[in-house]
This record gives sequence, C-alpha cells and structure tokens, in this order.
Amino acid sequence: MAYQLDNRPLDLRERFYFPEVIRGIGTLAGHFLRNLFFSRDANPDILARPRGLGYSDNVTLQYPEEKAPYPPGYRGLHRLVPREDGSPRCVACYMCATACPAQCIYIEAAEVPGDPIEKYPAKFVIDELRCVVCGFCVEACPKDAIRMDTGEHAPPSLERVHQLLDEKALLRGPAVSYLSDPWLRRPAPSIPAEALAAMTASARPYPDASDEYAQTPGFSVKALAAEARERAERAGTP
Amino acid sequence: MSTEVKEVLKQVGGPRSSELDAPLSSKRMLVNLGPSHPAMHGTARAVVELEGENIASCKLDIGFLHRGFEKSCESVTWTQVFPYTDRLNYVSSIMNNVGFALAVEKLCKLEVPERAQYLRTITSEIHRICDHLTLVGALGLELGAMTVFLYAIEGRDLLWDRLTELCGARLTSNYARIGGVSRDVPEGWIEKTETTLDRVVLLRDEIDGLLARNRIFYDRTRGVGTVSRADAIDLGFTGPCLRASGEAYDLRKAAPYLVYDRLDFDIPVGSNGDTYDRYLIRIEEMKQSDKMLRQCFRDMAPGELVVRDFRYVLPPKPEVYGTIEGVMAHFKLIMEGIQVPAGEVYGYTEAANGELGFYLVSDGSGRPYKIGLRAPGWPMLAALPIILHGALLSDLVPVFDSINMIGGEVEQ
Ligand code: SF4
Ligand code: SF4
Repeated sequence: MAYQLDNRPLDLRERFYFPEVIRGIGTLAGHFLRNLFFSRDANPDILARPRGLGYSDNVTLQYPEEKAPYPPGYRGLHRLVPREDGSPRCVACYMCATACPAQCIYIEAAEVPGDPIEKYPAKFVIDELRCVVCGFCVEACPKDAIRMDTGEHAPPSLERVHQLLDEKALLRGPAVSYLSDPWLRRPAPSIPAEALAAMTASARPYPDASDEYAQTPGFSVKALAAEARERAERAGTP
Repeated sequence: MSTEVKEVLKQVGGPRSSELDAPLSSKRMLVNLGPSHPAMHGTARAVVELEGENIASCKLDIGFLHRGFEKSCESVTWTQVFPYTDRLNYVSSIMNNVGFALAVEKLCKLEVPERAQYLRTITSEIHRICDHLTLVGALGLELGAMTVFLYAIEGRDLLWDRLTELCGARLTSNYARIGGVSRDVPEGWIEKTETTLDRVVLLRDEIDGLLARNRIFYDRTRGVGTVSRADAIDLGFTGPCLRASGEAYDLRKAAPYLVYDRLDFDIPVGSNGDTYDRYLIRIEEMKQSDKMLRQCFRDMAPGELVVRDFRYVLPPKPEVYGTIEGVMAHFKLIMEGIQVPAGEVYGYTEAANGELGFYLVSDGSGRPYKIGLRAPGWPMLAALPIILHGALLSDLVPVFDSINMIGGEVEQ
C-alpha cells in the first residue's frame, strides 16, 4: 500500500555542501572522461553500442550524415501500391478520404476506358502538410492500395505546393497482387490477357508477413495467414 | 549625505535632503512571463505583479494552444477521435488513447481481451516513465542542472524508440482502438524493452543521485510552492501532486481498471506537498512503473488483440478482400462509424498528471454528441496563483514546472 517518501531534511554532511558536490562531480566526470578519451560508436542502434570502461557514452547520431533507419512498422510517407502492370491498385472508392480525420485526401474517380465496371483515380492527391500521420487511410482501404511503408518521412520543401503529392508521385514501391483481386477473377478488358496471366501467376493467396504493417489494426497478419493456410490444408486433405 | 553635497543641492534648487533620505516609494512592477519564454513550458503566459522580489499576484493567461478539442470531436467518428487525443498530453499520448477507449467501451459494455489489456497497461506505464522523466529533467534544467535534462531526455528517447517500433510513431502514437489495441509487439520487442528499462533505471538513479541530496537543489525546492493536504483536495488536485501533499489516492488502486488489480505495486505519498516532494514522488513512481512493467512482461500471455465483434472493430483484411460480409462490415464502420449506444458515461483513468476523465454523450449515432474532457493538469495550473502568492519570482519557474502543466491537455 501507500508508503512514505524519503523526504528527510539534509543531514550535517549533506548540508556541508562539498561532499555532495564532489560526489556529483564524480558522476559527471565518469561520463566526461569516457566521452573525452574514447570516440563515439556510430551504430544507429543505440542499445547495441558497447558500454562500460573503454567506450564512449555518447548516444547521439550525426544527422543527416548518419540516419537511424525507421522500424518496419513506422508510419512514413504514403505510397499508392501498384499492380504488376504499373497501374494503381486503387479503385477510387473514397474510403480512405472518408476515414481521414484531417480530410487531406482528394480523389477524382474516372471509369477505366473499355471496362464497364472498373474505376480508377484520375486524380489522387494527398496534402502531406495537413496529414496527421494517423494511418487510418491504410486501415480503411479495402484493396490494400495505399500504404505508409516507405520508411521515409515527408521530405522538406521550400514551397507548400510541393507537399501536395499526386498520383504520379505516390505510385511507387513493390507491386502486390492477391488471388482475390476482382480484376484477376474475371477477365478485365482493360488488362491484356498475357499481362493478366502473369499477374495471376505472381498473385498471393492472402496477405503474408511482408504485408504485416499495411493491414488491419488488431489482427496479426502472420497469425491470420497461418490460420488461412491451416484451413486450406484441412480442406485439401479430408 | 555629506554636507558639501547638501550645500550644492541647496544652491541649485535640488530636492531637499529629507526627500533623498526617504525610502523609495514601492511601486508594484508588472512582469510578463511567456507565452514564448524559454522557462514557460507549453506556451502559457503569467502576468506577475511584483512587490520587490515577491509575487503579489499572478494572473495566468492560457489558450495559446487552444484547438477546440471538444468541439472538433463532435464532427468526426468515434474512431477518428483517437488522433485528437494523441495531442492532449503529447508527452504520454497512449494514456489519452487508452482513457478515451476505456470510456467508449464502458458505454458499449465491451470487454477487451486480456492481451490487449496488458498491452494497454504496458504502453501506459512506459509513457508514465517518459512523462516523469521529462518533468524531472526540466525541473533540473530550470534550476541550472542542464546535465540532468540531457540524461532524462536520453532515457525518454530510448523509450520512445521502443514505442515507435510498437505503434509506428514517436509522439502521435494512435495505438489504442475501441475494442483493443492496433498492433501486437514485434518480435524481440519485450527483451529489447527490458534492456531499455535497465538503461533507464541507470539514468534515473544517476539523476536522483545528482539532485535529491544536493543542497542547491534541496534549498531551491524544499518548502517552496507548498500545498497542504486539505488545500490540495479543495483545489481538485489529483495524481502525483495530490499524493505529494499526503493523500494516498491513486485511481489505479482506488478504482482499478485494465490489469492494475493484478499487479503488485505501491503508492508513494509525500508529506509536505512542496516542490521537493513533487520531485521525489515522480522518481518513486518511475520505480513503481518499472516494477509493474516487468510483471506485465512476465504475466502476459499470447492472445487476441481486439474483440471479434465487427460492429466495433474492422474485420481482418483477408475477409475484406475476399468476402462480401467482410466488405460490408468494413464499409459500415468506415462510412458511418461505430454505432455507440445512446447514453452518457464518465470514464476515468490515472494519467501521468492525475485523473484523466472523458465525459461522453452519445445519441446512438456514429459520432459523439458531446465530449467533455477533465484535463489532469488543469486544476493544478488553476491553483498556481494561490500557491505562488508571496513566493519569490525565481521560484515561479520551478513550481510551474513541478505541477507539470502540459499545454496540449490544459488548453484542449
Ligand atoms: S495518415 Fe491519417 S491524416 Fe494522413 S492521409 Fe492517412 S488518414 Fe489522412
Ligand atoms: S480506400 Fe484504397 S481503393 Fe479506396 S480510394 Fe482509397 S486508396 Fe483507393
């Protein structure tokens, strides 16, 4: 239960001022001398830097010459995920724009020529200055078409307009295809037959570990993938 | 005054000698501290009236960080409130996330899975350490101990690095969700965090060794900004400031939530209610948090992170990609928001600065009808003019720091 703080008054030795000052200087001198005589380790992983006698205590990084890589789950700059043929996976459904609390996504939908069903984003602009980096757009997307896994932050710029990233700037990074993608399940007229075959060949049955941070909050993609695999195996061997 | 000078003064018609010998008329001086003063953390302005070097009256001028938190929340869905709560107490954002999530879950009568409860506790306690480290470091800085600040920030940054790995951002963590938490711990994270905590313990002990028994620090803080136990209760103090005044009241013990009833920890209490006790209590609470964290790491079992109820949480993505039920549940949640049952509720948690309360009114739709926030730092800040009455001007800054006013939460 509750216990009393040790807030007793200073005793005579402590009131005498110098013993405590010397003890404090001792602590500081330990750091100071080590930092003076030994050079800084440049390992960006601070915890992995060697410690103790003979090593510097310095925990800084000389940014921007040295940069600590962002961890895998870091919510960085957005990207629109491409399909294998280079077109965006996005179907312009406006879910991300609705989920965005900062209302910084602007989408203009257009019909894919020659395809009666499919839409694509004729315009897809994210205002990185308004973005609060919450990641809700990624969670809201039902097509895994927008991700924040670039491992970069929004680059500085001299003009505001450069922070408006449009679909050309956003569309980058590795392509993703799932077997459940509608354009693979029915012959989509907008995609040539050979390209479609190639995409189907490289499509994955379900998200796997490499998609871990592009996925639903609260569910581990690894666990879900293992579950699905198990189910598939059970169905395969009755 | 020498007679020659008096003679000269008389000749030139200067002031009479009686006038010169009179004491200076004491005019009160008005001093403006802040809003952008390096010592006033979190943009608050104090208009101080000085009688000599003593504070005759102090008026606080706040609102420089006012963002209309309560009103903004009414125009977004329940889920979209989380990024706003991140920015209340920005040093310990997850505690605000958790406080809000718990309040909404109280209204929905949702029971969160155990692992999610443990993760919420862990992240909250890590953030409590971050918050206290910031305060202790800044308090040292105000009194001229720059080194302490650097050590504290080193510890805090290491902890923030761990939280970045867990939730994807350093400050604006956006970690909790209604019905659970957003992510599970990455591989090896627990061991890494334990190593980090070991490092933080070293830094904390070093800081305490430099400050606690140091006469300069002691003389500047002991007996300064004293709040008696009765006053503290009357003024509505909660959290470390109340406990420093001698009242052993902690919501984690008084009304346990999450897994606090299973953890073994004690509440430190002070007796003087001065700045020194408020400093000591932070150091002790960091020790208790450290103890709790290690217990959580030991006891936490693998399990689900969110309730599997797709009225409240987004369905897993494979279902959204592949099945019509998944897409529909997903679509309803994104477009209309979580349908929180109509009613009102007051949810309270023990945040780093005291009781963090959310008063929610729902009309049964996807958006909050009204949100009221009880910011933990506000009663302490409001009491500052009373605490400081008659104190020295130079004591204003350490006292201001020791109540830990965070602009984001006080000014909402
Ligand atoms: S991260 Fe959040 S604020 Fe930024 S674009 Fe996505 S939803 Fe909007
Ligand atoms: S939610 Fe996904 S598919 Fe829909 S508009 Fe946004 S990025 Fe495109």
